[in-house]
Amino acid sequence: MADAADLLKTPLFDLHKELGAKMVPFAGYDMPVQYPLGVLKEHLFTRESAGLFDVSHMGQAWLVGPDHATTAAALETLVPSNMKELKPGKQRYTVLLNDNGCIIDDLMVSRPLAAEDDGRLMLVVNAACKENDYKIIAAALPDNVKLKIVEDRALIAIQGPKAAEVMALHAPEAAEMRFMEARPLEFDGISVIASRSGYTGEDGYEISIPAGAAEAIAKALLADERVEAIGLGARDSLRLEAGLCLYGHDIDENTTPVEGSITFCMQKRRKEAGDFPGGERVLKQLAEGTDTLRVGLKLEGRAPAREGAEIRAPGSEEIIGRVTSGGFAPTLGAPVAMGYVPSELAAIGTELELVVRGRALPAKVAEMPFVAQRYYRKPK
Amino acid sequence: MSTYFTKDHEWLKIEGDIATVGITDFAQNQLGDVVYVELPESGKTVAQEDEVAVVESVKAASEVYAPIDGEIVEGNELLVDEPAKVNEAAESDAWFFKMKLGNAAQLEELMSEADYKAFVETL
Repeated sequence: MADAADLLKTPLFDLHKELGAKMVPFAGYDMPVQYPLGVLKEHLFTRESAGLFDVSHMGQAWLVGPDHATTAAALETLVPSNMKELKPGKQRYTVLLNDNGCIIDDLMVSRPLAAEDDGRLMLVVNAACKENDYKIIAAALPDNVKLKIVEDRALIAIQGPKAAEVMALHAPEAAEMRFMEARPLEFDGISVIASRSGYTGEDGYEISIPAGAAEAIAKALLADERVEAIGLGARDSLRLEAGLCLYGHDIDENTTPVEGSITFCMQKRRKEAGDFPGGERVLKQLAEGTDTLRVGLKLEGRAPAREGAEIRAPGSEEIIGRVTSGGFAPTLGAPVAMGYVPSELAAIGTELELVVRGRALPAKVAEMPFVAQRYYRKPK
Repeated sequence: MSTYFTKDHEWLKIEGDIATVGITDFAQNQLGDVVYVELPESGKTVAQEDEVAVVESVKAASEVYAPIDGEIVEGNELLVDEPAKVNEAAESDAWFFKMKLGNAAQLEELMSEADYKAFVETL
C-alpha cells in the first residue's frame, strides 16, 4: 500500500480533515472514504436531501481543435459514441475502446455552450486510468487537435433531490439546466463549469472549479443544512444502486460495451458504421449477441455477495460467472450485485446462485437500476 | 465474572464454563454501519482462531474468530433481524455467540480491559 506521504492530495484535503473524514488511499490520492456520519447515513442522506462529493481525483482535460467537426472526428476514432452531433452545452457518456472493442476507460465528454469555445471538448476520466488514457488519446490525435490536461481545477459533485434548490441559491442559472447539459456558471461570483449529471442516480451537478476556490464553494454548499459531505464508501453504494458501472470492476479491458450492457453509449450512426477500435467485433456482437452479459442480481435474504463471488445455475457446481460489484443497498435494505452471466441466463427473473463463504445464496437476475433514477430531464 | 479481550477485537465474558463473545466497541466503530451478521450453529466445535461468524458493513465483510477452543452453544438471534444493534450495543446486548470453554488455560493468554485499551492506543 502506498505510503500516506506519497499520496496526492486534492484541493479539498484540508477540508476533509477538518470535517473529520476517514482518509484512505484511492487511485494514488488520499481520499475521504467516510465522514463521521458513516457510510449508511451518508448514503441515505444523499437519497433524501443532498450529498457533496470531492471527485477532484478524476482526470479533467480538454481536447482543443480548430472547430467542433475536427475535434469530434478525432475523438470518434477512439470511442463508439456520436461526438459530431453532440450539441453545444450537451454532455455524453462514452468509452475508450482498444482494438478488441474492449473498454480502456469510461468517461464523460461535454461540448461547451459558447460559440468562442467551438472546437473544444471537455473530458472527465477515471482517476486510476488517467495517465494511460491521456497517452492513448494524445497518440491518436491529428496535429491540429491537442490534448490539454487540466491540473489546476477541483471537481465536486452535489447529488440528491435537494441539490438543485441549494445550487440555485448560489448559481441561479443552474436551475435551467437539464440532465446531461453542461455550461459555465457564476457560483457566488466564481466562474465554474457545471454539468447536470453525476454517479448516484440522483439529480445533481458536477462542478469544475479553479483549485483555489474549491474550498470556498464546498463550504458554501456544506453550510446549508440540506447538504452533507459524502465519502467514497457511499459513492460506491449509491452508484451500485443506480446500476452504474465502476471501471476496473464491472467493465474493463476484457469487456466490450455490448457485454457490459452499456450499448446506450453507442448512437445509431456509430453502431451502423462500426468505425471505431474493435468495431468489427462489436458490430458482430450487436448482430449475433455475446457469450456473456453484465446483469443486475437481487439476492434473497440479507447476506451480501461481494466482488468475486462465484455465480452458478441452481443445482450445478459449475462456475458460470462472477459478481463484479456487490453489497448491501441501503435504500432497499437488501443486498444487490452485478456480474457477468452466460447470455442465455441473462433474462430478468432467471434464478441463479451466488456462492458466499461456501454457501450458495439464491438470487435472481433483476432490472437495473435497482433504485429508480431521478434525473432532471426535459419533459417529452 | 471476568472479561477478556483479543487482538482481533473480540471480548469474552466468562460465567462458569460459558463464554459470551462479541466484538468490541472499537471494532464496531472501525467497521461502520453493520448490515448483516452471520452466526455459528449451536453444537459446532471450534478451535481458537477459527472463523466462526461474519459481520458485514456497507463497505466490507469481516470475520469474527473463536477467541478460544470450545463448543458453540448459542448464537444471538437478535443480530440476524437487527444487525445495527452491533453499532449500538457492541459490548452488551449485541453479543455474537456463547461458547462452552474447551481449554480455560487459553484465557491466560488474552488481554484484560486495561491491556486492550493500551493495545488499541497503539493502532
